[in-house]
Amino acid sequence: MINRRKLILSGLAGAGTLLAPRIAFAAAETDRRFIFIIQRGAADGLAILAPTGDPAFAAARGDLAANAASGAKLDSLFTLHPALATGAELFRNKQALFAHAIASGYRERSHFDGQNMLETAGTRPYARDDGWINRLLALLPKGESKALALATAIPPALRGPVTVSSYAPSRLPDADSALLERVAMLYAEDAQLAPLWSSAVQTEAMAGAVDPGNGRGGTATGKLIASLMAGADGARVAMVETTGWDTHINQEGRLGNVLKGIDEMIAALRTDLGPAWSKTVILVATEFGRTVHVNGTRGTDHGTASAAMLFGGSLAKGGRINADWPGLAAGQLYESRDLKPTMRFEALVTEALSAHYGIEPERFRRTVFPDYA
Amino acid sequence: MRNDEAIALNRFGLGATPGSALGANPHKALLNQFDSFDPRPPLIAAQPARAELVSALSEVREEKQQRKAAAQTDMAADAEKTPLPARRAVRKDYVSAVHARLQTALSSPTSFAERLVHFWANHFAVSIEKIAIFGLAGNFEFEAIRPHIFGRFANLLHASTYHPAMLLYLDQAQSVGPNSKIAQRVGARGKRDIGLNENLAREILELHTLGDRSAYSQTDVTEFARAMTGLTVGGLGRARFQRLTGNSKPGEAVFVEAMHEPGKRTIVGQTYAQGGEKALGAILSDLSTNRATARHIATKLARHFVADLPPATLVAKLEASFLKTGGDLPSLYRTLIEAPESWAPQQAKFKNPWEWTVSALRALGVTEMPGREQAAVALFNQMGQPVWKPGSPKGYGDVAADWAGPAGLLRRVETAGRFARLAANRVDARNLAPDILGDALTKTTAEHIARAESPEQGLALMLVAPEFLRR
Repeated sequence: MINRRKLILSGLAGAGTLLAPRIAFAAAETDRRFIFIIQRGAADGLAILAPTGDPAFAAARGDLAANAASGAKLDSLFTLHPALATGAELFRNKQALFAHAIASGYRERSHFDGQNMLETAGTRPYARDDGWINRLLALLPKGESKALALATAIPPALRGPVTVSSYAPSRLPDADSALLERVAMLYAEDAQLAPLWSSAVQTEAMAGAVDPGNGRGGTATGKLIASLMAGADGARVAMVETTGWDTHINQEGRLGNVLKGIDEMIAALRTDLGPAWSKTVILVATEFGRTVHVNGTRGTDHGTASAAMLFGGSLAKGGRINADWPGLAAGQLYESRDLKPTMRFEALVTEALSAHYGIEPERFRRTVFPDYA
Repeated sequence: MRNDEAIALNRFGLGATPGSALGANPHKALLNQFDSFDPRPPLIAAQPARAELVSALSEVREEKQQRKAAAQTDMAADAEKTPLPARRAVRKDYVSAVHARLQTALSSPTSFAERLVHFWANHFAVSIEKIAIFGLAGNFEFEAIRPHIFGRFANLLHASTYHPAMLLYLDQAQSVGPNSKIAQRVGARGKRDIGLNENLAREILELHTLGDRSAYSQTDVTEFARAMTGLTVGGLGRARFQRLTGNSKPGEAVFVEAMHEPGKRTIVGQTYAQGGEKALGAILSDLSTNRATARHIATKLARHFVADLPPATLVAKLEASFLKTGGDLPSLYRTLIEAPESWAPQQAKFKNPWEWTVSALRALGVTEMPGREQAAVALFNQMGQPVWKPGSPKGYGDVAADWAGPAGLLRRVETAGRFARLAANRVDARNLAPDILGDALTKTTAEHIARAESPEQGLALMLVAPEFLRR
């Protein structure tokens, strides 16, 4: 689930005083906006944008295939996850564009390294100190280069010479549910801690303090970002971090919850940005995808290519799916297990954002993705 | 990091900091702290002086009386709203002292010595549950404990017994001998509301020296209480005592002969004929080297450092050292450091909230607590172990059962998430975990950290890993 602590504006002070939020923006000149929603943890593109038309899909996905097929059918090959109701509506209105079998240049399966490559677009993990969004800021007119991270620390994608602000709302004293789930696994073999932890979580759940992951947070985040990007002094570029995508166990329910959060965030942004929605592009992307086949715990493990999504009021090529589909049959997989990448993340971003900002694509690529030719 | 280094830093010290390896000889590194420990680091030296804190307490009392008086007039409703600046000032003193304690713990290069300070401050516990010592609790640790942790046990006992915070906390300040001069005078006027208070005498025997269910009886408690009469706080007792302590410095312990119960005392088999403060000194000195005290301190020290049920062999070694040296603390610590039992690879101690919080911040390389001074107080309140506020003079419990509960565990996970955000993108938990935990880091935990879905989550998992919750 999206980290609720980062979402809720009002809240108990408590130890929230550890870090006082800082907001500082300069005056705006123009109205184009860009929002990057990063899915940390490797989101399963094969569930988000399910290739239900691929003959190998049903067999590979087993129990998870039925749920995938229950969503909005976008064309003969792809079905959108049922939790993405707003996403489907935007697609019909040509305000959404999906890309599949997409990946950064990273071909291993470590979250940390994969996220670093997605965010810096370097030739290897930690090769670059600056992020591609920071390089993009250098290309934008002053009024459009005010960027904001909805986080306490600036994420790698926004780091670099251009100054970026960050904002972390007061936090309620609860942990995000993704961490709580990890802790349960961490304590599984500890005779003292495992029962303590299960009791703690049960009690908290009854008290309603633990985010049940039902997507309520998505609307709040969307509204928060919209408010931070509103008015002449608002930010024009923003980045939001979401977690909960690393669905090794019982994927169906978990993924449904986090996707619902994303869908509600998009819906809230569309509503609250108002007229600015028509000058906004939202990118949703993850560090890599997940295995084609379901694992032994009704989840999926770290894979390679995944799906990415673009939303916005005036997308250059809205209502389309960009995919050079590699297929899911045995011989078509990457290292015999993963969806094979057929499109680079850098290419998708270059095409979409150079059009959005009216920058000549080759110039855009040279500055934003100098390591990608 | 080698495991003996990790044990020296995490079990003996307050927690490893990034890149804090001790080198070839961790035993020696611990022993060196006996000399390099700074009992009065700048932040602690900068705290208000004892006299200032005590006079602030007097102001709080006056303020309270004034409000009480106002409440009895027609202005009752307004009296409730009267601001209490003196009380606020005292609270500020507490906040400042807690901040100084945490800051010192986070930045100290001699964290074994700092752990000893916390151990002894909890052994001779005072609690701000008693509002009268709100502003003084920090001063108690800074002046009665810190300077004496490398002295003799007798020095600690004396300093603690003679500190105003202890005298006020355990009601010694108002204990009066029934046959003392002042009691006779007051009795002659028909007033009966003064007399003996056994509180501090009992706790010295039960908690500070001999230990409960040991070598003393109720008769010993009463006799000791009689022997202690006269020991009070200058300038802060009830008005009628204040006259008697007139020549003493306000806030300092003073022995008022007129309050003292005259006569010969017999305590734990020893007879003290001389009476007065001399007798009290002799009694404290004898208690400090009693066989039961040696056993009590040896057990508590071994329990704190090694295991809830410490190995009997270790307790015996510590007890023998204590007896042989008459309670020389550096010798005692040396015995602890040299005992192989202290270096058992198994982590048998579950950190209390203070230890866990301090070690977590140290592991992240946080040497300065961000935010306002108040943040430190709020943090430990939230963690369930407010600083200097145990529920009884016994101090905070020192076994896992006292701290390993569901709610406490959840609190740590929440806090770990928050701390991880302080350091996220700056620290890689995959490298940090072996650096901090040494061989205690299990393969399972290392894998969970490596599989975390973000650097931030990896850090949080490291901080709540079983091997980080224990030492």
